[in-house]
Amino acid sequence: MFELLGIPPQALFGQLLLGLINGSFYAILSLGLAVIFGLLNIINFTHGAQYMMGAFIAWMLLNWVGIGYWPALVLAPVIAGVTGVIIERVFLKRLYHLDHLYGLLLTFGLALIIQGLFRNYFGSSGLPYQIPAELRGGQNLGFMFLPNYRGWVVVASLVVCLATWFIIEKTKLGAYLRAATENPTLTQAFGINVPLLITLTYGFGVGLAAFAGVLAAPIYSVNPNMGADLIIVVFAVVVIGGMGSIMGAIVTGFGLGLVEGLTKVFYPEASATVIFIIMAIVLLVKPAGLFGRTA
Amino acid sequence: MADIAATGSPSISASPKAAADNAALHRMIFIGLAATLLVLPFIPVIGYPFFLMKVLCFALFACAFNLMLGYGGLLSFGHAAYFGLASYVSAYTAKHWGLTPELSILLGTASGAVLGLAFGSLAIRRQGIYFAMITLALAQMVFFFSLQTPRFTGGEDGIQAVPRNNLFGLIPLGSDTSTYYLVAAVFLAGVALIYRVIHSPFGQVLKAIRDNEARAVSLGYRVNQYKLAVFVLSATLAGLAGSMKAIAVQLASLTDVHWSMSGEVVLMTLVGGMGTVFGPIIGAAVIISMQNFLAGLGAWVTVVQGAIFVVCVLIFREGIVGVIGKWIKRPL
Repeated sequence: MFELLGIPPQALFGQLLLGLINGSFYAILSLGLAVIFGLLNIINFTHGAQYMMGAFIAWMLLNWVGIGYWPALVLAPVIAGVTGVIIERVFLKRLYHLDHLYGLLLTFGLALIIQGLFRNYFGSSGLPYQIPAELRGGQNLGFMFLPNYRGWVVVASLVVCLATWFIIEKTKLGAYLRAATENPTLTQAFGINVPLLITLTYGFGVGLAAFAGVLAAPIYSVNPNMGADLIIVVFAVVVIGGMGSIMGAIVTGFGLGLVEGLTKVFYPEASATVIFIIMAIVLLVKPAGLFGRTA
Repeated sequence: MADIAATGSPSISASPKAAADNAALHRMIFIGLAATLLVLPFIPVIGYPFFLMKVLCFALFACAFNLMLGYGGLLSFGHAAYFGLASYVSAYTAKHWGLTPELSILLGTASGAVLGLAFGSLAIRRQGIYFAMITLALAQMVFFFSLQTPRFTGGEDGIQAVPRNNLFGLIPLGSDTSTYYLVAAVFLAGVALIYRVIHSPFGQVLKAIRDNEARAVSLGYRVNQYKLAVFVLSATLAGLAGSMKAIAVQLASLTDVHWSMSGEVVLMTLVGGMGTVFGPIIGAAVIISMQNFLAGLGAWVTVVQGAIFVVCVLIFREGIVGVIGKWIKRPL
């Protein structure tokens, strides 16, 4: 077996895979943030809590109703999306005429409420969620062992990200969405129901977060705090990538996951902070972000 | 930033006479505040010096934060970094180097200033929502640093039983009451400094930038230098508050650098009234008292805080002092 700079290949590729998985979550979550920000001009601080909700809804579906992983993969995002629609109609709708910062503060408050409620009910120790039977075991690729479920997470996230990109960039609905992002008043004048579009967009963004949550449930334990720290990293990812481009969000998410994985191999102490350090460097070199447009 | 401006104090006073009237009113309030702080320890039930010190430290923290948000229009979501780092530095130097309180507080404050300069010069490169996200992410870096260097921070345990030592090497701070008066004096000085800054020509330019940045640029002001200056000043005062807290409460812990602390200081300012001089003080008193009374409820405190956030943003954007100010038609 060959060695790279004294690192056994199993360890290297294992960490790279883990990085790719984290990168999948960064990509889906930052994509959701970017879609919501584009149309609502709100940074959705509740995103981490909604990711956590996705995992919990899957857990509840399994343990309370007996609905397994595959239906939950669709049902949990839909249920979370519906709660998102309610949040948009009840709260966010009232803030569009105000400064963006109030949206951040309101969604931060909502995140505290949701996380607090789940912690009260489920405790903070975390609940196990089994890997579905079809995806247990793994493949020996010669240079590393690939657990089937982890491979599935990367493929599923890539598919969802690319599908989102396709909907927004290539379909008629996406064209309406981009038009409304560019100029809501004019789009409405053309007879498109922009308020409905805004509500559905928020629901869709929340659904994306919940989808990531269901994917994460079998890998990490289902825990009320699982989204709280993650969302801050995703914020850094968004600052690095800039929110102007859908493809940018996807590429940055996966790329930073890989960088984080590499850091775990070569300098583990910095693995928790490497994304923030990259953010600082990007701010120094290209303040608008890698894919950002200067507003 | 227009809407934050709407809830804050007006940038330009109606007339010199009105300005003088307001200044007189503020002086009265300030004297009243000083007198209250003087007698508060003798009042039963609430006159519990340990609790009062905590409130004063957080009140100064909130005032420092409000200097940036209310007058500079800059929402920092990472103020726990300066507060927490300063708290660690001050606790560490007091405990392991045996420094006197004034020196350890000075070092803690300086660490807040240096960190503020570093983070501020990065964060001011972006505006609005990005600014908030950058400050939050940078502060999270400080949190991880604190978590990973238990030799300096004590890790999960924090730095406990921080000694108070003798002030200037002479005056013993053994009792809570004597420490309380030190904290109260520093607090009053801090608030007076912030008041002075707000009403200086520098403060006027800040408000101009808050209200209309493009216009301030076109008038020839170097906007970024003003932003950085107020950022550093705010981080320094947050550091002062954190250092005092470490000495007063005799504990520096991970709670001080956690993002939830950054959220709490935003909440205090929002409840009290952003862009008002006295609002953050009231806000800090309300939130700390609430935490004290609801301490038995565990995680429900988070839910209550979240609910207050939502209510404030939806229907109570002026905050307590902002509403009173509107009521008596004077900026407070």
